[in-house]
Amino acid sequence: MLDTVIDIVAGTFMIVGCLMSLAAGIGMLRFPDLLSRLHAATKPQVLGLFLLLAALGLELRSWAVLPVLALAWLLQLLTAPVSAHMVGRAGYRTRHLKRETLIADELAAVVEAAEQREEAEHGRNGNRDRADFID
Amino acid sequence: MNIVLWICGITLSIAGALAMVRLAKGPSILERVIATDVLLLIVSAALCVDMTVNKHTDNLIFVLLACLVGFVGSVTVSRFVTDRRNA
Repeated sequence: MLDTVIDIVAGTFMIVGCLMSLAAGIGMLRFPDLLSRLHAATKPQVLGLFLLLAALGLELRSWAVLPVLALAWLLQLLTAPVSAHMVGRAGYRTRHLKRETLIADELAAVVEAAEQREEAEHGRNGNRDRADFID
Repeated sequence: MNIVLWICGITLSIAGALAMVRLAKGPSILERVIATDVLLLIVSAALCVDMTVNKHTDNLIFVLLACLVGFVGSVTVSRFVTDRRNA
């Protein structure tokens, strides 16, 4: 009885976890620019991996693998924001975004100030009037 | 469990195909980095599904390594994209 219940719960977790990957795939294709695609890509990274690892732990029914599963999920949880931050930063600096889709842009003032400081220090008229680079 | 395996297999195959379309189309290298990340996650999801259905732990180390490799890859690529475009 209990085994059947655990099997059903694990199966549900697996299907939902795989649907997270599908959502990421559809989001990658359908969303308009880099930042929104970044949003879609984090779905399987955190919740999807958690559900699949939980299903694995439920099916194996052993406490010995639990630390390894927790380590895998924690590593993903720690590294996903860092890599997403780096990609988003690089995307903003190289203007891979649609500005009309943004509601608030708090980074614009910071970048503007940094460019002005750069110009004052080095006298270099950098890339102020570049056009946005979007597909 | 067999039905679950079929559903998960079909879902992950479609997701992988969609990620590969973005990998081929993606206008910039940053989109390709994200698509590669998603593809790597789909592979590790498939490893998890295999382990769950067949009840073994052989692939667990690959799931651990996949997230580390994905992290190093995307951080390195976006770092160099920043440097090249600002120069």
